[in-house]
Amino acid sequence: MNMDATDRRLIAATQGGFPLAPAPYAEVASWLGLTEDEVITRLGKMLDSGIIRRIAVAPNHYALGMMANGMSVWDVDDAHAIEMGAKVGALEFVSHCYLRPRALPDWPYNLFAMIHGATRDEVEVKRREISRLLEPFCHSNDILYSTRILKKTGLRLTDPGA
Amino acid sequence: MRRTPLPPDALDSTDRAIINALQEGFPLLPRPFAAAGAALNLSEDSLISHLRHLREIGAITRFGPFFDAEAMGGAFCLCAMAVPEERFDAVVTLVNAHAEVAHNYERSHRLNMWFVLACETPDGIARVADRIEQETGLTVLRFPKLKEFFIGFRVAA
Repeated sequence: MNMDATDRRLIAATQGGFPLAPAPYAEVASWLGLTEDEVITRLGKMLDSGIIRRIAVAPNHYALGMMANGMSVWDVDDAHAIEMGAKVGALEFVSHCYLRPRALPDWPYNLFAMIHGATRDEVEVKRREISRLLEPFCHSNDILYSTRILKKTGLRLTDPGA
Repeated sequence: MRRTPLPPDALDSTDRAIINALQEGFPLLPRPFAAAGAALNLSEDSLISHLRHLREIGAITRFGPFFDAEAMGGAFCLCAMAVPEERFDAVVTLVNAHAEVAHNYERSHRLNMWFVLACETPDGIARVADRIEQETGLTVLRFPKLKEFFIGFRVAA
């Protein structure tokens, strides 16, 4: 999908979230000098094309008691990687799950799953649950805990004028 | 962003149902909160005031569209390096100096530095990763996303 300048303005206006008001699309439209219909139509097209992955609430894992998280990594047979990735991604304690290339010989793992739990012990219990799920097709696994945030910046959209 | 847990009684069962249900999607209708509320047996007003409350106490960080920056034309790549302990701080400085490094974590592994490169184009990823290799003399392993399996995260109802 080709985005035009209006789409970019719409993205910039909504990337911080929608107004929590009865008619949020009409409100966004009034900010941008558009009609409510046009905002709804444009958002719908962006959803269809995948530019918007979903419209949803973003839970704060820390506030909800999920203080521990670990990046679990798995060496899964290529022939089963997509099927098993979908199963791991469907687990309620996994927030992100990706298939990535291996970097042999340093790195044999191709499936990455971020596990959340209240404590590190709970994360390890959940890791064993994934291990049982993957057992027939997985050769080895590991888990990496973050020990320090070295840098964190949000998504920066290119200025439409730039 | 709040980094400490809320008291266990901060959320009631309605709050939890809202957090779970609204990760699935949201209607593109003129009165979307009325439609989404109906599925939860909540009035429009009630759903909006619950969401405001959840945002105020920090249980949710935002509510709205999640954009796929790759679909918008950007390129992203998870990268990892094995940085010798005695050089760690110096390498952090070199890596973080690149504006394309979106976030960077120290992790408990021989590959102890993990960062995400965010560029306008795929060429940009290779250019910045190569540059970091030259500046640090260390290999930058590259793990681009081949496939994403997203489902979300659930709180006990």
